[in-house]
Amino acid sequence: MKSGLTLLQAVLAVVAGGTALFGLVGAAISADAELLLTLAFGFGALTLARFVWRPISFWLDGVAAALIALTLVWALPRGTVMPGHYWFGMVSAWAFAWLFVDQLSAAIRKGTVPRQAMGLLIPAVFGVSLLVMWEIVTRGANVPPVLLPAPSAIGAQLANSAPILWADFVQTFVKSVIPGYIIGCLAGLVVAIAVDRSPFLKAGLLPIGNFMSALPIIGIAPIMVMWFGFDWQSKAAVVVAMTFFPMLVNTVAGLNAASSIERDLMRTYAANYWQTLLKLRLPAAGPFIFNALKINSTLALIGAIVAEFFGTPVVGMGFRISTGVGRLAIDLVWAEIAVAAVAGSAFYGVIALIERGVTFWHPSVRGGRA
Amino acid sequence: MNRVLPILTILVAILAFWYAAAIWMNAPWQNILNGRANLENVPFLEFAQQTWAQDKPVLPAPHQVFSEIWNATMGLEFTSRRSLALHAWITLSATLLGFVLGTGLGVVLAVAIVHNDAADRSLMPWIIASQTIPILAIAPMVVVGLGAIGLTGLVPKALISMYLSFFPVVVGMVKGLRSPEAIQLDLMRTYDANPWQVFWKLRWPAALPMLFASMKVGIAISLIGAVVAELSNAAGGGLGVRLLTGSYNGQTIQIWAALFIAAGLAAVLVAIVGAAERMVNARNGVRA
Repeated sequence: MKSGLTLLQAVLAVVAGGTALFGLVGAAISADAELLLTLAFGFGALTLARFVWRPISFWLDGVAAALIALTLVWALPRGTVMPGHYWFGMVSAWAFAWLFVDQLSAAIRKGTVPRQAMGLLIPAVFGVSLLVMWEIVTRGANVPPVLLPAPSAIGAQLANSAPILWADFVQTFVKSVIPGYIIGCLAGLVVAIAVDRSPFLKAGLLPIGNFMSALPIIGIAPIMVMWFGFDWQSKAAVVVAMTFFPMLVNTVAGLNAASSIERDLMRTYAANYWQTLLKLRLPAAGPFIFNALKINSTLALIGAIVAEFFGTPVVGMGFRISTGVGRLAIDLVWAEIAVAAVAGSAFYGVIALIERGVTFWHPSVRGGRA
Repeated sequence: MNRVLPILTILVAILAFWYAAAIWMNAPWQNILNGRANLENVPFLEFAQQTWAQDKPVLPAPHQVFSEIWNATMGLEFTSRRSLALHAWITLSATLLGFVLGTGLGVVLAVAIVHNDAADRSLMPWIIASQTIPILAIAPMVVVGLGAIGLTGLVPKALISMYLSFFPVVVGMVKGLRSPEAIQLDLMRTYDANPWQVFWKLRWPAALPMLFASMKVGIAISLIGAVVAELSNAAGGGLGVRLLTGSYNGQTIQIWAALFIAAGLAAVLVAIVGAAERMVNARNGVRA
């Protein structure tokens, strides 16, 4: 093919350039055309030249996507539905972004573009496209903010109510999640090590532990609120119950990970039980333990927030979410969700980083992918 | 027998511990009750039985929970608002719908990821990131939001279940669809197989064991998603609503009964998927 594209890319190129052309026509015949947006449409329409003249660099597709998206968001009207030809801009920007990403990943595969920096660019483009589409659809179609606020409104709310969000974060994350997480994981670890010495107990506890990990343990939240009161203690108790069983099951499995030849080596060193445990079996169980820690990091946050639905003092992420829904302060709710998502991702990320440092010897880490 | 005995022992130990804990936790209230009734020096056995028979105990004894389950399922008409069987069915239907949708979405995404480089690089990080968002925590809000645009009843709950259950399926299926080795793919090339045939005759069968392993995880979290999603809509019914009303009215026995029904549902669903797994694997000649 003259343009040097695959079939999928050619289709995307036609859609991207074609919708930009339609947008240009729409801007020409409508009265209230934004100059910058019209110029961006013109740039996008020019890329159609690749089919008749010569192939163009995929970086130009990326530039076209960014230009159209930026000018479109900038030109979005406030409080009314946007003009019809703006929708061409959204489709065009989306098609350009996809085209760009598809060609970029092909280039990475061929090795013409450095993998390290560009590998991060692709998911970033996807995330930004999603945000831009969200912004355009909510503001362009004038969706009521009660249903779905625009990302910019959520961002503004995030900045405005930072003290409230911070207090909720401290109440839920620092006071409930962290103590519960530490207690639950430590208890699971200690019980697993204790049980590990008795095959009888292991045979009995392991199936029950597996069964318990599949149960909706979150349902004990109302019971814990009754037992431990409204404050953070009950939330921490829910988190303990939720994190205990994944840790127990994974650690028991991990303690069996050391092969018999390695255990025999420890025997030839005349190592006693504790030396074998600390120097061989616990390090060998590392990947399993970290797997449980990662699973538990998301479970813990969920447990604490859901437990707050059953009764809280007047602070906390779950409290803010449930009352925000009641008061129709949906942008505050979304700001709270954003905080929860960032906190959850950061929590997960920190544990993944520690894992890379501690279990550096494991093939899954040495291979460069955690 | 060697496998059952340890489990039975542990279960008996848990039961014994539970009864003991019920005496200990219910004792303060029972002492107050006995004090009001001017009962003094109640013998220990009688006192224990009293703590196991309270109306709103701090910790209900196992037999109270099971008799409540029996009364609320078998003892009532299925259509009664207090029938646990009805509420279990409401939750189960949302779970199953969400599970089917989630598994379908997961398989489609996995196929796209395996066959398209750009999809792999752009989708995979976000699919993983999507699970660090505590969706369960915002599930009630999502249900309210969807209710505002006219989606009520079964669908919003099923969407939450779908969001939770697609993730293990995507991850497992990507692994499974990539599990055929280069030598097997080369063999398909020597047969001049087209991509369609490679998929149905090599990749799909190779991925089936992973699919079932993921589905077992997926159906368990589908149920959790459905229960939590019900917390926002007390009129809609379901096990989550029983938990919520039980907690507002202090009906501990009702909470525990709903909890046990949910646990039983989870166990049955996982067992069904496990049975299907064994059947399919046996037909495909996988050795257990």
